[in-house]
Amino acid sequence: MKRLRGALLLIALLSLAAGISAQTVTITYWQYFFETKVKLVDELIKNFEKANPGIKVEQVTFPYETFNQKAAASIPAGEGPDVITLFYGWLPMYVKAGYLQELPKSDFNKEYFDKNFYSFVAESVDFGGKYYSVPTAVRTLALIWNKKLFKDAGFDPEKPPKTLDELAAYARKLSKYDAQGNLVQAGMAMQPTGQGHSWIREVLFRQFGNVPYSADYKKVGYADAKAAEALKWYTDLIVKDKVGYPNFVTDDVTAFRSGKAAMNVDGSFRIAALKAVKDLEWGAAELPSHNGVKSNYASYWTHGIVDGVKGKRLEASIKFLKYITSPEVQELWLQRVGELPATPSLSEKYKEDPFISPFLKGLAYAKASLFIDEAGQRNVMVDAVDEVYLKKVDPLQALKNAAAKEQKLIDNFWK
Amino acid sequence: MTLASRRSLTAYTFLALPLVFFICVRFGPMIYMTAMSFTNWGLLRRKSEFIGLENYVNVLSDPVFLKALGNTLQYAFIGAPIVIVLGLCIALLLDAIPKGKGLFRLIYVLPYITPVVAVSWVWRWMYQPPPLGVINLVLGALGLPAGEFLNSPNQALPSIMGVNVWVELGYCSTIFLAGLQTIPKELHEAARIDGATGRQVLFKVTIPLLAPITFFLTVMEGIQFLRIFTQVYNMSFQAMGGPLDSAKSAALYIYQKAFNNFEMAQAGSASIILFAIIMAVTLVQMKFLDRKVNY
Repeated sequence: MKRLRGALLLIALLSLAAGISAQTVTITYWQYFFETKVKLVDELIKNFEKANPGIKVEQVTFPYETFNQKAAASIPAGEGPDVITLFYGWLPMYVKAGYLQELPKSDFNKEYFDKNFYSFVAESVDFGGKYYSVPTAVRTLALIWNKKLFKDAGFDPEKPPKTLDELAAYARKLSKYDAQGNLVQAGMAMQPTGQGHSWIREVLFRQFGNVPYSADYKKVGYADAKAAEALKWYTDLIVKDKVGYPNFVTDDVTAFRSGKAAMNVDGSFRIAALKAVKDLEWGAAELPSHNGVKSNYASYWTHGIVDGVKGKRLEASIKFLKYITSPEVQELWLQRVGELPATPSLSEKYKEDPFISPFLKGLAYAKASLFIDEAGQRNVMVDAVDEVYLKKVDPLQALKNAAAKEQKLIDNFWK
Repeated sequence: MTLASRRSLTAYTFLALPLVFFICVRFGPMIYMTAMSFTNWGLLRRKSEFIGLENYVNVLSDPVFLKALGNTLQYAFIGAPIVIVLGLCIALLLDAIPKGKGLFRLIYVLPYITPVVAVSWVWRWMYQPPPLGVINLVLGALGLPAGEFLNSPNQALPSIMGVNVWVELGYCSTIFLAGLQTIPKELHEAARIDGATGRQVLFKVTIPLLAPITFFLTVMEGIQFLRIFTQVYNMSFQAMGGPLDSAKSAALYIYQKAFNNFEMAQAGSASIILFAIIMAVTLVQMKFLDRKVNY
């Protein structure tokens, strides 16, 4: 009898334990590996788990290069995450494939996005009135310059160029060559594979009077004389002025970090990394204007919930999504990563920060290109620059080739 | 059961296991891929439908694929013969030296036993434009203009091919050397006694007797260059295959279609085309080069 009672007690205890563990939901969160982001999220998960007993979050990361592959291969196999962070330029592809689920309208609707986010965010996460993702932070471009190299060339290290003409003049003076005439110090880093293609696409084209895309980004519009003038301005810096060229000292970021490039156009996500470089005195300024036109390119990573997540896991995922996009986290993100809060009001107190303010100013007039095949579209612009610079193709012809290729990519996507 | 049949049974049993493995990981996927190349299978598509030859039409009308095919043929038809000829020359020289044969052989074979990725990155750095690249540093010191190498649409392909030649040279010269050592000395001596010159011995005795080795290497190197991937992937910026696709190989094109665009079926059809080309080249080689020479 005693033994039976013991057994019954054990069964009761076991079922109780099972009941508790059934109440604990574990969700998986995926993002690409960017050290500052991964560390921050580890902390955020601890805070979140403390505030939400019964929910466990597991963070999994992959290198940037293979992130897309992992996601595309695991989601249909049902082995993917519950919550995933994607580059906004990949969003149309994943939404079209049905890999993300629509976020509940009760929380995530037009009003919510219009009220809390920059307009370019609200526009680019809207898929016919349906919302699939929310970002924490956004990024823009700025001109960054090396103060020491400015001093050496006789420029005031606190006064970066303000217009494109000034930029070209500065770059020419900041370039240095060896006895054979080889560039050894670039006045300006020229790297279309980096942020360069976005600078051309969303900034230079517009500054020279072109409208690169139709409002819905379904029609390419940069195959005209004005855009050709912009491309010529860019490639002339490489071909005629020889102030820099693609892959000089590996790439623009390496060249700037090592003091081999005096100026570069780069994103706000680089702030933390550049601050960590010893002996690098640098500044950031709004992108130079031209013809009185200012423009900028904004981009962001954004969090969504994978299709097929249901019940308790869905509830937990929504809670987690809300937490990592909360104002509190947005501010932490700015301090720890350098990316700007996606909610405009939160950046007010950083208006005076010398590194952050130029990027913030850019946000006011930035455009986020709607990519349907980010890598493919980037490559189209890189090829256009290469054709002019390596094959001496006329800039207008190069843009015609590029526009035809990009239009084909876009048409194939939407057909 | 006779002893012989029991022996062959044992042999079959031992061969069967690798065969199963081979069927599962080689032929199975190949057949599956062939079948899927007639559908619109993609990682970002829920269902795949039969679309006939559409993928083949798309791939064959894609200028980038045609460019990549052209590049691949250049790698194979220029690279492989260079490797064979240079490999033979080096083997002959190695065979002729009385001392230090082992050391030289080691030096030549080193690139071959080094991981290709490491080799590719070291060369990528050596090819860098001034002020970083070692090769350009030397050119500059000699007062010569800098080479563009990987940054030029005309030089990227030869630069990558050169590295692969350097790597494969170790393999070819080693195999040739082994072949040279199997040629009986009496044949050379007999030719000498008959009054043959060094050149005659080389062209009438040594090279004909190396025919099976040359054939083997031609086939192997042909395939090696036709499926060149790792070097191109690692030596071009962002793994794009050189400026304006100038160094992109068919294998890299297939990789990009599959894992950047997730168009598995299109990548499959491109693989089948590459497979057909490699098969055709090999068959031609077998028809014309596989000759046994006996004296």
